[in-house]
Amino acid sequence: MSVVESPELDALRAGDEAAFLALVRRHQTAMVRVAQIYVSRKDIAEEVVQEAWLGVLRGLDRFEGRSSFKTWLLRIVTNLAKTRAVREGRTIPFSALRSPESVPEPAVEPERFRRPDDPRWPGHWASKPSEWPEQRLLGDETLQRIQAAIEALPDNQRAVITLRDVEGWSAEEVCNALELSETNQRVLLHRARSKVRGALERYFDE
Amino acid sequence: MNDATVEALSCQELVELVTAYLEGALPAPDRARFDEHLASCTGCHRYVEQMRTTIRLVGRLTPSDLSPDAERDLLAAFRSWRR
Repeated sequence: MSVVESPELDALRAGDEAAFLALVRRHQTAMVRVAQIYVSRKDIAEEVVQEAWLGVLRGLDRFEGRSSFKTWLLRIVTNLAKTRAVREGRTIPFSALRSPESVPEPAVEPERFRRPDDPRWPGHWASKPSEWPEQRLLGDETLQRIQAAIEALPDNQRAVITLRDVEGWSAEEVCNALELSETNQRVLLHRARSKVRGALERYFDE
Repeated sequence: MNDATVEALSCQELVELVTAYLEGALPAPDRARFDEHLASCTGCHRYVEQMRTTIRLVGRLTPSDLSPDAERDLLAAFRSWRR
């Protein structure tokens, strides 16, 4: 990872402004989403990210590429966001981030399935998903609905789906950056994706 | 014909395993039960396809952009850092 990014970091060290802005743009969404886990409000998260970039510049000469650049970046954001959250008097949602499975959240409403005491097909679809209209999948409004569904997610689920599915990070990278176990990362991703699918289903059924 | 020693998955159970399935995180016996269910259930087949479509569509979202103010402040910080 650090091998891929190092030409860019060298450019940064050489004072290349365009390289710096490109780097900021590339990581902005991920950083804001991660900060939001701790501070929730988007405007505060953006402030934290600004602060983090200053920390990045200060620390750049000490960055030796032992962790990936992304991991390092996200660690700086996370630490600043935690500090800020404490200052804002917010309780850091450790339990929500660490053990999401403690609160069950079905991927699909239980009413969509036959009851557990159904004589023939317990737990099978009572109302199957209907087919999605191919020609509407790529419409602008579809993307707007997806965006809205992601915004409406709990902060930790929003962070995970953004990093995995918008930014294309690997599960391992997300686990490292958010200090999540593999299982919890998957639970959060599953819930987030299931809700976005549900939002799309409601939209296409309108 | 059927291997009756393993209990079949219900649809309600299957929808909770989709992410583990797509991530390749299901143990082999569970994966086999999943595949077996998918092969004969149009509802679940469609459901899994919709999850794949959802992932693909989420990937089309463009990351949010920097505000001009943020960009100006960062550039200023970058310039003073170089000195």
